[in-house]
Amino acid sequence: MSGRLTVHDPRGYAPKVEAKRLAQSVDTLDGRSLYLVDGRFNGTGPFMEEVQAWLGHHMPSVNTRLIRWREPFDDDPEASEEIRANGAAAILGVGI
Amino acid sequence: MQQFARLAASATRVRGVPRLRSAFVPGTLAGRTRDELRAFVEGDDPVSGRPFMEGVVAQLTTPLDGDDAQELTFERETPRLLEPDTEEHLGRLFEENRWTDFLPIVLPSEARVEAMLAGTSRAPDEVVGELKPTDYREPWQFTVEKVAVNAVMAGARPEYLPVILAVASAGVTARSSSTSSIAGGLVVNGPIRNEIGMNSGTGALGPYNHANAAIGRAYGLLSQNLQGGSVPGETFVGSLGNNFTYGNFTFAENEEASPWEPLHVQHGFGRNDSAVTPMWPIWNYVVTWGVRPTWREKLLEMLAAHDPGGGIFLIVDPSAARIFAEREGFPTKESLGQWIVENTTMRAGVWWDHHTTELYLRPLADQGIEPWATRANTDPDERFRKFEPGGVEIAVVGGETNNAFAVASGRYWKTVSVDEWR
Repeated sequence: MSGRLTVHDPRGYAPKVEAKRLAQSVDTLDGRSLYLVDGRFNGTGPFMEEVQAWLGHHMPSVNTRLIRWREPFDDDPEASEEIRANGAAAILGVGI
Repeated sequence: MQQFARLAASATRVRGVPRLRSAFVPGTLAGRTRDELRAFVEGDDPVSGRPFMEGVVAQLTTPLDGDDAQELTFERETPRLLEPDTEEHLGRLFEENRWTDFLPIVLPSEARVEAMLAGTSRAPDEVVGELKPTDYREPWQFTVEKVAVNAVMAGARPEYLPVILAVASAGVTARSSSTSSIAGGLVVNGPIRNEIGMNSGTGALGPYNHANAAIGRAYGLLSQNLQGGSVPGETFVGSLGNNFTYGNFTFAENEEASPWEPLHVQHGFGRNDSAVTPMWPIWNYVVTWGVRPTWREKLLEMLAAHDPGGGIFLIVDPSAARIFAEREGFPTKESLGQWIVENTTMRAGVWWDHHTTELYLRPLADQGIEPWATRANTDPDERFRKFEPGGVEIAVVGGETNNAFAVASGRYWKTVSVDEWR
């Protein structure tokens, strides 16, 4: 008896992680459309309105548009498409 | 906020992005006043230390570099066996890796797991299902053998394995990552209850029976280990935690003493079928003693304590159940559930000001889905039903030492056959 045990690993099997790339940054926000996305998690909407107000006061040359994600736990393809088509950049707000 | 930064980094990495451009404010947002939110926007990011909005703008306008520009593809291997070591070292390893609930475990040696597998006819390498700690995390897969490993750790006996496999196959985690601190719940029905000696009588929800205790604990351990962890700041952010997570509210229904149909029969199984029903989320539990003349008012007060979006799980001692059925005019569980639905009301303004209604039902209202769309347009001072038809489940359990009944949170998800896992 060596006093050593062989035991099983209790963990499950993770899926393969497939690479995704971040969107490129923009050189400036001046005169560009910036989407402010309410991710719908607790309290995000009013917070993003305050972000919009800050940008309006401090960076008035930025065109901001506040939109709501369809629901908080999944992608919103229509909103994503709108951002891709009309926006230079986006901020996704996730409250809690 | 450091733990949310860690959470964001963890969630981002398993989506194939090495680093997310993110910024944080120093507190949670729910229920904040406009002045508080404005102060967050105008204040500093507690993670980076720089002004919040300065950081946001810089992250949008600074070119991607280093990890930002990388893509990440990788696979994570889970070995079948660990390197041999002493019992003491392995016990410490399991704790350090957060594979336990910090109570002593039975180490899953090859011999013990092999003995556990004798409890089912299924092949060890058969895939049972998938689990994940929350909707946005990646699902992990697991086999019969991996479930058996966690059953051994929980102290289960081989004859419990069909119940534990059925629970695992349901795909309802008992280790949700939710900030709201969720436990699972399990109701076992049918002949298996007596075959494995589960307790549906006195103290059934307490530590007075091996099968109840081990199956409930196994549900927790298998959830955390088979879904990819339940690690604070990465795959768990429950602010308060939840003491029910040790045993996961696990009991057998007292079918023999109940005047009503068993839970699994209500959901399409035969009385001679064995089945298990996860009830989720178990947040809280309120109890009263005796079906007294004012029981209706008491029950409504108990129901008032519960979140409107979480479902209601009524737990009734058999002696109380018979009084409800024979004296109070509720011949079925459904009739008592319907009384609860019809009589529990809430002011619309309060109903919409809840964590769960805001998160899960407001989006449906915005998409025009009824009845939520109509409810969203209701005057805030108007009252409407707090719970939906079908949102109340009832189980009979207990030893008839008190005409007790209790209200727990918990929604019905599915009832799963145990017999298929024998």
